[in-house]
Amino acid sequence: MAQSIIGQVHPVSIAFFFLFVLSTLCITYWAAKRTRTTKEFYAAGRSITGFQNGLALAGDYMSAASFLGIAGLVSTKGYDGLIYSVGWLVGWPIVMFLIAEPLRNLGKYTFADVVAFRLKRMPIRTSAAAGSLITVLFYLIAQMVGAGTLIKLMFGLPYEWAILIVGCLMIAYVLFGGMLATTWVQIIKAVLLLGGATILVILTLSKFGFNYGELFGSASKMYGPEFLQPGGLITSPVDAFSLGLALMFGTAGLPHILMRFYTVPDAKQARKSVFYATGFIGYFYILTVTIGFGAAVLVGKKVIMAIDKGGNMAAPLLAEALGGHVFLGFLAAVAFATILAVVAGLTLAGASALSHDLYVGVLKRGQANEKDEVRVAKMATIGLGVSAMLLGILFKGQNVAFMVGLAFAVAASANFPALVMSIMWKKFSTKGAVASIWTGLILAVGLIIISPTVWVDVFHAKEKATIEKQISEAETQSKAKVEELEKAAADPKAVSDEKAAFGAKKKELSAQMPQAIFPLKNPGLISMGAAFLIGILVSLMSSEPEAQEKFEKEKLRAYIGIGAE
Amino acid sequence: MSTNKAVFNFKDDKDFLKLSGQKSAVSIVLTILELLFYFGFIGLIAFNKPFLSSMLTERVPIGIPIAVGVIVMSCVLTGIYVYWANNTYDTLVKKVRDKVEG
Repeated sequence: MAQSIIGQVHPVSIAFFFLFVLSTLCITYWAAKRTRTTKEFYAAGRSITGFQNGLALAGDYMSAASFLGIAGLVSTKGYDGLIYSVGWLVGWPIVMFLIAEPLRNLGKYTFADVVAFRLKRMPIRTSAAAGSLITVLFYLIAQMVGAGTLIKLMFGLPYEWAILIVGCLMIAYVLFGGMLATTWVQIIKAVLLLGGATILVILTLSKFGFNYGELFGSASKMYGPEFLQPGGLITSPVDAFSLGLALMFGTAGLPHILMRFYTVPDAKQARKSVFYATGFIGYFYILTVTIGFGAAVLVGKKVIMAIDKGGNMAAPLLAEALGGHVFLGFLAAVAFATILAVVAGLTLAGASALSHDLYVGVLKRGQANEKDEVRVAKMATIGLGVSAMLLGILFKGQNVAFMVGLAFAVAASANFPALVMSIMWKKFSTKGAVASIWTGLILAVGLIIISPTVWVDVFHAKEKATIEKQISEAETQSKAKVEELEKAAADPKAVSDEKAAFGAKKKELSAQMPQAIFPLKNPGLISMGAAFLIGILVSLMSSEPEAQEKFEKEKLRAYIGIGAE
Repeated sequence: MSTNKAVFNFKDDKDFLKLSGQKSAVSIVLTILELLFYFGFIGLIAFNKPFLSSMLTERVPIGIPIAVGVIVMSCVLTGIYVYWANNTYDTLVKKVRDKVEG
């Protein structure tokens, strides 16, 4: 194939990029005039329809990492990439069945509203805000570092510049246009991303006579049948189970996702929006997986990995191969838009935890006027936006892959158990909720630090790389020796001796590998389990008759929506 | 908000009990189904790789439609929930709402 222009500043991508920025800034200007009250700033005046919110939820959730990353993972690892993509969807039905409607009926702007509905406001707001902020911050750092790296890879723009542009645009959207502008940025991004991916899939399938069998047949011909079979991604079932739990229930505890349910007028629209979101996101993952296999066959693993080892450029390379520079430029701009929509949603969720939960709920004891709250929310937006940029620059070149997994683990352990128990369980008490949130939060963060993901891959990355290099060197030497022996038609015993010697050496070297203190890669199983257990035990020990009395009233509102805001 | 609410004793109301009972049952059954689909899939990968590698057609191993099936079934389950809620649940909600608001 022709020389790729990926990494160069191309007029087409610049044009698409400016078109996107211009139109979103126009929307922000339009939204700014409709963003004065708290209801408008946090919840777009509850004016969004179920369908629009479905698109916006999808826009909030489908990150650049899931588009470029999963396509890349499939193109380099085949079936394992497909397994990975499934895990990102399965949380949505849980959001639908357990969370969406009661959340909409009971709360006002944040999920802490729901937990605090019949429990004591101050301690609940403080702990729930901590859970929200930690989730948002880790997710935001991962997105910012990803943004800087990807934009550098795609446009050749320096890392710091990329972070600065993303940071300033997201602050502008949220600061002036609040939830209304953020929602429309997410809707436009979702339409562009789904549209772009659909065109790419049609172009790909046209090369295979619109026959998936043909595509898979070519893939297995090129890379062997193993490419279409589960490989090394899941080695330990407990590990897989733990990660699966974090992904599934973490989705139902992400503050920026939960916040979106307050933008629709009622529970019925909230329900509809999850249905549309699940459909769009499911469709998107099927497209992304197709793009991954298409890139493996039509571009080739080697070419993809030569540009970026992680395979992140698989989709752009495929776009360039099939649609030329214009399509590549379009897709690059879409990737940029994707990042912006996600970080804007995260910043707004973080700002509302700071202003609505901490400032008004705790500092002002629930008494603050509209103007003050909006002002504080705007200050929080600037503060968060600037911190996100600084942290993005601080973590440049660091391995931040674990941060998304950690954000999901915290969401699943600190936010989800408290939320679900406050909705469903009459005997849930304030002390139980606080204990549950902090247990989940501390365990999720603490355990991931001593898990293989951080302890080995981040803290002992050098030792690990050295030993891996030694092993691969020993393997090459041993293979050469075996070949030599076989060529010389030597005694078969000499060959098997050599193989045994290598086996022993490998074992010896592997034993020196740095070991994590906690064995699981994702702590979800332990941290979420403990959050539920502690929440139940402490609630049973600290019975709160007042809260139990209010439960019946809460039930009426949760189911029927009477009194819902 | 209605002022009649204190008068209406929803705790013992037949329709409210039916509504809250049905909603919990449907939510829990569908949640369990979703858990079974996803962790069943993960279980197959962990314990029965040869099955997923066996060929469905000449060129496509069975693991691929199963993985896509988990995605599709997640969408179908949310669809089932919405269908139930729009038809059965909303009717009951309206009934109880009318009683409360008089």
